[in-house]
Amino acid sequence: MILDHIVSRTTGSGQFERASELTRRGFIQAGVAAGGGLMLSLRLPLARGEAEAADADRFAPNAFIRIDRDGRIVLIMPYVEMGQGTYTAIPMLIAEELEVDLNQVHLEHAPPNEKLYVNPLLGVQATGNSNAIRGAWQPLRQAGATARTMLVAAAAKRWNVDPASCGAQSGAVLHVTTGRSFTYGELAGDAGRMPVPENVALKRHQDFRLIGTRAKRLDTPAKVNGTAVYGIDARPPGVKIATLAQSPVFGGRVKSVDDRAAKAVKGVRQIVRLDDAVAVVADHMGAAKKGLAALVIAWDDGPHAKLDTAAIASELEEATLKPGAVAQNIGDVGAAMARAITRVEANYEVPFLAHATMEPMNCTVHVRNDGCEVWVGHQALARAQAAAAKVAGLPLDKVVVHNHLIGGGFGRRLESDGVSRAVEIAKQVDGPVKVVWTREEDIQHDMYRPYWFDRLSAGLDGKGRPIAWSNRFAGSSVIARWLPPGFKDGLDPDSTDGAIDLVYDFPNMHVEYVRVEPLGIPTGFWRSVGPSHNVFVTESFMDELAAAAKQDAVAYRRALLTKSPRAKTVIDLAAEGAGWGQPLPERVGRGVSLQNAFATYMAHVAEVEVAKNGAVRVRRVVCAVDCGTVVNPDTVRAQVQSGIIFGITAALYGEITLKNGRVQQANFDTYQMLRMNEAPAIDVHIVQNSEPTGGMGECGTSAIVPAVANAIFAATGKRLRKMPVDVAMLKQPA
Amino acid sequence: MAFTIKVNGSTHSVDVDGDTPLLWVLRDVLGMTGTKFGCGMALCGACTVHLDGAPTRSCVTPVDSVGTSEIRTIEAIGATAAGAKIQKAWLDLEVVQCGYCQSGQIMSASALLAGNPHPTDSDIDDAMSGNICRCGTYVRIREAIKQAAQSSR
Repeated sequence: MILDHIVSRTTGSGQFERASELTRRGFIQAGVAAGGGLMLSLRLPLARGEAEAADADRFAPNAFIRIDRDGRIVLIMPYVEMGQGTYTAIPMLIAEELEVDLNQVHLEHAPPNEKLYVNPLLGVQATGNSNAIRGAWQPLRQAGATARTMLVAAAAKRWNVDPASCGAQSGAVLHVTTGRSFTYGELAGDAGRMPVPENVALKRHQDFRLIGTRAKRLDTPAKVNGTAVYGIDARPPGVKIATLAQSPVFGGRVKSVDDRAAKAVKGVRQIVRLDDAVAVVADHMGAAKKGLAALVIAWDDGPHAKLDTAAIASELEEATLKPGAVAQNIGDVGAAMARAITRVEANYEVPFLAHATMEPMNCTVHVRNDGCEVWVGHQALARAQAAAAKVAGLPLDKVVVHNHLIGGGFGRRLESDGVSRAVEIAKQVDGPVKVVWTREEDIQHDMYRPYWFDRLSAGLDGKGRPIAWSNRFAGSSVIARWLPPGFKDGLDPDSTDGAIDLVYDFPNMHVEYVRVEPLGIPTGFWRSVGPSHNVFVTESFMDELAAAAKQDAVAYRRALLTKSPRAKTVIDLAAEGAGWGQPLPERVGRGVSLQNAFATYMAHVAEVEVAKNGAVRVRRVVCAVDCGTVVNPDTVRAQVQSGIIFGITAALYGEITLKNGRVQQANFDTYQMLRMNEAPAIDVHIVQNSEPTGGMGECGTSAIVPAVANAIFAATGKRLRKMPVDVAMLKQPA
Repeated sequence: MAFTIKVNGSTHSVDVDGDTPLLWVLRDVLGMTGTKFGCGMALCGACTVHLDGAPTRSCVTPVDSVGTSEIRTIEAIGATAAGAKIQKAWLDLEVVQCGYCQSGQIMSASALLAGNPHPTDSDIDDAMSGNICRCGTYVRIREAIKQAAQSSR
């Protein structure tokens, strides 16, 4: 959901309606490509702000499909690959309707152009929020069908037969009765001169030949033999390597630098001093790091020199005592609370989190007098370009950005702070320079998942049913900074996602959001975004209500799902697969969670073992997922596995804390990751249906955290209202 | 000073300080970028290479400690029997997501399989727990190692 809320609010219609609307207006144009093939220009709908709305009748393509005379099919695509399988799933959509094999479709990444390659659900050129497939689902299939129809028409014209007597198969058009055929390549030039058909019929789901099958990923071979090129692997001729130290306190400044020892290090070429950072430029990273260690930097810590996390937590807690913006109100919570038989109250907190992508932040830049070249892996290419242009003081068209594979995004590479920093450094360097963050700099200068404080209360009737639900939470709005039009009247669709529009039948519900931007620590999107916080809170509190009602956690939820049959299906599947209710040894427990986010329904059952010393081990996770029409089931499975590991990592270990303004975690010893020996067995059950395609990249992460916390409650009776898991609290008394 | 090292069967002379980690010699001096930087402290395994067949974290291995050892990197692991099996299993089971850590994972797994053709779950835990994967491909890595071992039978 999240950002498509913005889209649907401004247009008053959902993505699928919009796609068909645009078909009626003719969102596809065709012509003869340079080189004589068929070129299809596609318009992915854009819906943000009035300027764009005024633009709606003018054809402005933002994706392209080209069929060359040698039969090669090229898709120029606006989304980036960061491990989520987009480079495989998106070509499947075209190949399905075009009647070609997946390996016949070649991908070219779109260059940065905010106007051309806008993501229809984000309204900007970005890959995130699990929406690549959701945005492309309708338009790309229609484009494939349009191209096929035109190729068939071209063949029929040559043979002088009825197009209905021709069929398309494996990249060729066949005249069924005579057995004659032309390849697409042979027809491409003629097809470019055919009229664009108005209403092409899309395949019925039962006729899909590729969609829904386990397609091999196209980006994998290069990733197992060392030839895949990530941003950090860029090596323009003559490139120097730089690493940097930024003010350890956000908002601090460099006071003085003694670089005599650093300059004496073999291979060190230059020391670059900025207002709030110092970089060492060298022949290789080994020399740059050695030089950095030899620098003596005195910092002016600035206004946040005394900041610590506890102060931020108190500020947020206090903020929840005052009214916020009403995100959702159903019925009358006050009146219902007054007649409740049982009242339950709880406060929840979640910490700041770093992204810790395996590829540390990096960016390679060559600034010349008349232009600037950037090599980077970025989730929002046009933003990277704009950031570079701004710092370099150049017009956009003088900045060339080469995008690369991304060694983990998770929201970190939606931000352009690293690009800006690298350009600042490169402006002082003669020739190209690759700026590489050490792991310590990467963790200590992230843009963190916000800290949140939530104050909840609920009232139960005599049968334990929730007749009142109240939730007021405080924290930072990432949208307000990243996509300002998305923040309106004190609300944004991300911060509240997972806290409102719940799957449950609540007769009385009131949810408020209080925006608080803690100073001295930047915040950003983090895998599973708003739900990363809200689903932990709501699903933990649901568990508390079930416990207060002395009812089974699955049965309690189920009884509230009369309006959510898809939610009921996934919770039933997960519970059954996990053997819900079957006996377990002492200090082993099962916990459930249920989520509807990113247009996907998901239920997890986690089985957790808590050792006598309090250490938690997640033994097994059973996930049931309904993401509507499945494009590539193996990718769905992979994303569930991935999201679960990411979420368990956060639940068990994830916490960024500040002391004296400084991030206290630095590397994987102090900011731990889940490892092979701790990884649970994961069973994934995929619901088959033909609902609209939902997102997959984020869901597993937000949904697993409450499942783990609820399992710990089942195992120990201890309710965890603050993440990450507090091992000391779970220690068994001697 | 200059050091002579042997990488994937070829001899290279590099002029760097003796305490320069092998990782940077490979990546920045020799331009072999398949070996990845993740942490710089032997905490994540992304930089794993083989020294005479033994999995080694190149980010904490000074170039002057390598001596005459044979260095093998991801670029040439497919030339070994175990490495080829591991790569094939990785592709068959679609282990990879973002792929950044996978050079190191494959180097660790290849060394495991070369020395232990039929590793148990516990052997896999011991050999692979030093390699972090942020995309959480652990379930598939375990399956792929088992499949590669199966193909050795």
